[in-house]
Amino acid sequence: MRKVMTGNYASAYGAKVSRAEVIAAYPITPQTSIVEKLAEFVSSGEMDAKFIPVESEHSAMAACISASIAGARTYTATSSHGLTLMHEVLIWASSARAPVVMTNVSRAMAPPWSVWVDHMDSVAQRDTGWMQFFCESNQEVLDTVVMAYKIGESRDVMLPAMIIEDAFILSHTSEPVDVPDQELVDSFLPGYDPEIKLEVGRPMGFGSLVRPDQYMEFRYKAMKAMDSAHERILSVEDEFKRAFGRSYGGLLDEYECEDADVVLVVAGSAAGTAREVVDSMRSRGIRVGLARLRAFRPFPRDEFRTLAKRVRGIAVLDRSYTYGAAGAFYTEICGSLYPLVERPTVKNYVAGLGGRDITPGILENIFKDMIDTTERGEAAEPEWVDVEGLERRWR
Amino acid sequence: MIEVRFHGRGGQGVVIASEVLANAAFREGFEVASFPFFGVERRGAPVTAYARIDTRPIRLRSSIYEPDYVVVLDSSLMKGVDLLNGLKTGGHVLINYPDGKDLNALPSGYRYYTLDATSIAAENQIGSKVLPIVNTAIMGGFARICDLISLESMLESIRDKAPVKKDANVAAARAAYERTKEVVI
Repeated sequence: MRKVMTGNYASAYGAKVSRAEVIAAYPITPQTSIVEKLAEFVSSGEMDAKFIPVESEHSAMAACISASIAGARTYTATSSHGLTLMHEVLIWASSARAPVVMTNVSRAMAPPWSVWVDHMDSVAQRDTGWMQFFCESNQEVLDTVVMAYKIGESRDVMLPAMIIEDAFILSHTSEPVDVPDQELVDSFLPGYDPEIKLEVGRPMGFGSLVRPDQYMEFRYKAMKAMDSAHERILSVEDEFKRAFGRSYGGLLDEYECEDADVVLVVAGSAAGTAREVVDSMRSRGIRVGLARLRAFRPFPRDEFRTLAKRVRGIAVLDRSYTYGAAGAFYTEICGSLYPLVERPTVKNYVAGLGGRDITPGILENIFKDMIDTTERGEAAEPEWVDVEGLERRWR
Repeated sequence: MIEVRFHGRGGQGVVIASEVLANAAFREGFEVASFPFFGVERRGAPVTAYARIDTRPIRLRSSIYEPDYVVVLDSSLMKGVDLLNGLKTGGHVLINYPDGKDLNALPSGYRYYTLDATSIAAENQIGSKVLPIVNTAIMGGFARICDLISLESMLESIRDKAPVKKDANVAAARAAYERTKEVVI
């Protein structure tokens, strides 16, 4: 049934229809209404799950890992400082091959304090071994929670997944969302039944010490699992589309890229605004496109290589930064294109930090700058967009 | 696409007002999006919220700078906040405004409507006497000034959204619908 709800409620409904069995969470702005809603579902009996209130995000993830290893489908949600506090246990989750699903309401890190959207928190967890899905709409949030369980729990994957919801722009925006029928979800997503789990009467060691002659094999297998996730994301989405009639473009969601000269790469909610800008510029005969980075892990390396053969310029918008280097999306895209003999011009635009609005005007100016840069064919340094005190105006 | 900006103070239900509108427009068959701008969340502090209503799915994720409607839940904001900032020429302004006061200081070029939502909320015992919650009354007024939303859809949306005192909130909106009037500057 289609009803108007926030991105946070879409996350909660995603966990509910996926029949998450254990939820452990700690509140933090702007995530809190996700776990409030889930607590309500559990207390009213609408959801048959164990809700574990914990004293920190670190404990929330530890509880989820333990429950997952014991064979329960688990869910948690957090944001910014909560996510970074989890860092240690995030690596534990993926290395223990516990397919936990978590929503991270992506929010800027302090200081200075900010509760608004920024991808720094999520991007900083790049190397923790989690799949990462950046969402554009509340519907995609709900649907991706459901798909993430199916992908993560696949025998050839067994990895956790992070669903990334832009703070306020999705988390607190109310828009129509279709909550799929429980029966339909049940037939798409069977119960979680891992091959190996912690069971009474069946003693096993989990997370034990291994010597140098064994450690690398564990890591190699996890790496191969993340490679398998690439195929799984595509096949699960195909299956999802057949069952529910919706799909989101795999790992790299291309819009009007077929004959585009220049494309813009963005992740998250700004993609919606970018679609409007692409349509508007195309109506004036300017051939631009959007490549929405939906999965940051696994990284769509092959998709970028295929795209790069068709376009002359790629503008990469990062809503985060790495001091002394450049935006992480930009460096990863450049890295994946390096083996190509002929490469398009690529330029990095850092924008929208701490909730700074990414307007259609800003995106159009980025497109125009990228067209100029491509025509000049010169190496382009990363540029910070819409920053007070810099000479260049972007609005 | 119609864009609406709400101004009020923490505790008046500004964000819920924007959600009530989105929900009502959705009932009318429109695509909708409503969203708050959260400042520091505390009672009495200025709060802004927004809504978009369109016939096709709303993809735009940036803020609203040139609204078609401005809804003011607290007239004390008229000092200090630029309530008309960016409002389209000929745009509509709905103000919770006690009767009998002078609106002449406002610029021309817009259409102004007033209602005493504070008294209506107090009459229906919504919130406290000192701090009535005016959001449902003002949304009754909005149904009066905006042809896209029927009173019935607005009342259903309010019934859906109000956590308690559903009948009182619906009654307040109905009364506000009757008592909203255009003010000629």
